[in-house]
Amino acid sequence: MIVEIGHFALALALGVAVVQALVPLWGVARHDRALAGVGSAAAVTCFLLVALSFGALVASYARSDFSVENVVANSHSTQPLIYKFTSVWGNHEGSMLLWVLILTLFGALVAMSRRSLPVRLRAGTLAAQGMVTVAFLAFTLLTSNPFRRMLPAPPEGQDLNPILQDLGLAIHPPLLYVGYVGFSITYAFAVAALIDGRIDAVWARAVRPWTLLAWVFLTLGIAMGSYWAYYELGWGGWWFWDPVENASLMPWLAGTALIHSTVVMEKRDSLKVWTILLAILTFSLSLLGTFIVRSGVLTSVHSFASDPSRGLFILGILIFFVGGSLALFAWRAPLLRQGGLFAPVSREGALVVNNVFIATACATVFIGTLYPLVLEMVTGDKISVGPPFFNATFIPVLVPLLLVLPLGQSLAWKRGDLLGAAQRNAMAFGIAIVVALAAIALTRGGPVLAPLGIGLGVFLVAGAAFDLGERIVARASGWPAMLSRAKGLPRSTWGAAFAHAGVGLSVIGIAAAAWSTEAIGVLKPGERLTSGRYTIVLESILPRSGPNFRAEVARFQIFSGNRELGPLEAGKRVYTARAMPTTEAGIHTDGLSQAYVALGEPQGDGAIAVRLYDKPLILLIWIGAIVMAFGGALSLTDRRFRLAAPRRAAPQPVAAQPAE
Amino acid sequence: MTAAEQPRTMAPKRRLTRKQRRLVLIAAAGAVLCLAAGLVLFALRDTIVFFYGPTEIAEKGVAPGTRMRLGGLVETGSVTRGPGQRVTFSITDSRTAIKVSYEGLLPDLFREGQGVVTEGVFQGAGQFRADSVLAKHDETYMPREVADTLKKQGHWQPGSSAPTPQAKP
Repeated sequence: MIVEIGHFALALALGVAVVQALVPLWGVARHDRALAGVGSAAAVTCFLLVALSFGALVASYARSDFSVENVVANSHSTQPLIYKFTSVWGNHEGSMLLWVLILTLFGALVAMSRRSLPVRLRAGTLAAQGMVTVAFLAFTLLTSNPFRRMLPAPPEGQDLNPILQDLGLAIHPPLLYVGYVGFSITYAFAVAALIDGRIDAVWARAVRPWTLLAWVFLTLGIAMGSYWAYYELGWGGWWFWDPVENASLMPWLAGTALIHSTVVMEKRDSLKVWTILLAILTFSLSLLGTFIVRSGVLTSVHSFASDPSRGLFILGILIFFVGGSLALFAWRAPLLRQGGLFAPVSREGALVVNNVFIATACATVFIGTLYPLVLEMVTGDKISVGPPFFNATFIPVLVPLLLVLPLGQSLAWKRGDLLGAAQRNAMAFGIAIVVALAAIALTRGGPVLAPLGIGLGVFLVAGAAFDLGERIVARASGWPAMLSRAKGLPRSTWGAAFAHAGVGLSVIGIAAAAWSTEAIGVLKPGERLTSGRYTIVLESILPRSGPNFRAEVARFQIFSGNRELGPLEAGKRVYTARAMPTTEAGIHTDGLSQAYVALGEPQGDGAIAVRLYDKPLILLIWIGAIVMAFGGALSLTDRRFRLAAPRRAAPQPVAAQPAE
Repeated sequence: MTAAEQPRTMAPKRRLTRKQRRLVLIAAAGAVLCLAAGLVLFALRDTIVFFYGPTEIAEKGVAPGTRMRLGGLVETGSVTRGPGQRVTFSITDSRTAIKVSYEGLLPDLFREGQGVVTEGVFQGAGQFRADSVLAKHDETYMPREVADTLKKQGHWQPGSSAPTPQAKP
């Protein structure tokens, strides 16, 4: 019964979404406020129905209802309850339902936001969001129905893929999806603005919190996914330039550019056309990512049960929304009026530099990800584009941007002074040089570029700190004055400083990866293996059993030099339902560094193959991402987003363009 | 806006017209794009790796010393271990088999009869030295290249990870 209610609610949601997609536009065309306002009620209803449907699926999983095909394929009665819950989105159908749930959640949030949006903008946004919802609800119902019954019901399920039976599954997909799907709102705002034919600072201010929200979640989602792959896959790698990873990196890059370009738009009312285009492209890249992940057209280490026939449906959705919005853009964008002026050397100019470089970096990832697909279609040759390609293209494009980032941050609005900005950053630059030289001296004969990378990261962190310091200390004398100045600084200034420092921390972590070392050995109890600063001694190998797996666990003692750091366990599990082995890496965190132990094959005579890595400063990669996300969240609480946006009715120098 | 954010010197500068500013912007963006295009073209020539099945290596006349990806099925009964971490096995598309040697830990799902993709250097004479063996997350998942290779030899049905013994017409 619950299952049928869920299925019915989903079908009903499709109907409501059609109303949400069409009626508000009709209302706008007829200048009927009541009709234009229908979108809000529809969006909220649609969300409630999808939530009911999602709840029904969760209930089926929690009760291990094996009359549902989806539950049979991805669950097992012996699973711990937490993994029964996470199994809901550990498969194609359930994860599409989560996708739609988040999509409708964002629609409902826009509908309910108390911020006074112009009626036409809100109606258009909800309609555009409704169209996306219709497409994905139809996709879920027609090709990926999670509520399909299986009769007669088998007594036991097939269990979830063991690699997914991890806390990472509880955290990573929801975060990532909120990020991916959150950009649908900026897309909907862009489409609404194009339909309406006017776009100004009000629009920028309305869009910016949504962009920031999506960006914060996408940042956390990517970082979490990276850390999960790092500890779960047992290779000690945290980024493989895999198509599925690139699929999430592209919208992140475009979203990062969008966050920066909306600042210019809000401040100077310029870069309108570009910002609209970016808003469209960001969500288009999210859709492309969904297509790549769901269709399996590109071979990925992160592929889970994908289906090419469904891929075709998503390709259709992709073409409709990307093509449709770009056509609308080509038709309406020339109507947008010119905005304010700024000198090339100014904060606005620096933000433009940011956009040029990030968009270019995004393009190189795009080419590297899709080139194999295009080449195979054209010539039939199969190729793989791996890390060497991205190291040779993405990094050279991004590094110059990071080098000038602290300068841009301290330029004045409208017309800046490059020499002054350079002087303000001289101290940070000096510290960076000293640290880089120290790194070279300490690691004589090591990789050449790594110390420079460390220096770059330090420059970013110090630049952000000095910039904040300057704003607080300048012209303020005494602690109370400084404190009140610190309080008076806009939250978005704090946010930007944290986000930029976070980039710096990640850069340090990435650069330090060049010093990581790896050792492989075959150990018997009592024998030792050394890699870099760490030595492990195998103590014993014991069998162990879990709720739905058997495991072989190797116990080690870990030493750094002669200092004992404690015990460490690494294991191999075999999940009984699928007879599938997984590696449980043993990780010892030593400050910001980690020692990483993965087991290989048992060798028969009581010995076991062991791989030990020394990963210096690796935690900084993810800490940096968390600091970035914290910065984004801080910006989100900025005063100007909490207060009502300025009314359009106020006399503005830039007259709004009538739509018709 | 605070005074700290103001430029300290307001040197009299030439004012750029809107058109000139736009030109500066377009020129700068164009320069960055050209740089990136150059990097991409350069990297595409040097860093991409071609994928071949065992039979294709002979058909396309791959030269020894070429870096490539090799995919197919791990031939049943071909895996031998040792000494140390050295593993040798054969990758087959049921017509041709290539002997692969690899040093290191194998992924969890490496098994005889399973699809596998390896990357390394073709040594000539049916020998391949792999420096990485690609892992997969799902035991029913077949790398698309491997599936295509097997389909070409008529030995694969969707939905089954092992090839069926009967070749389809």
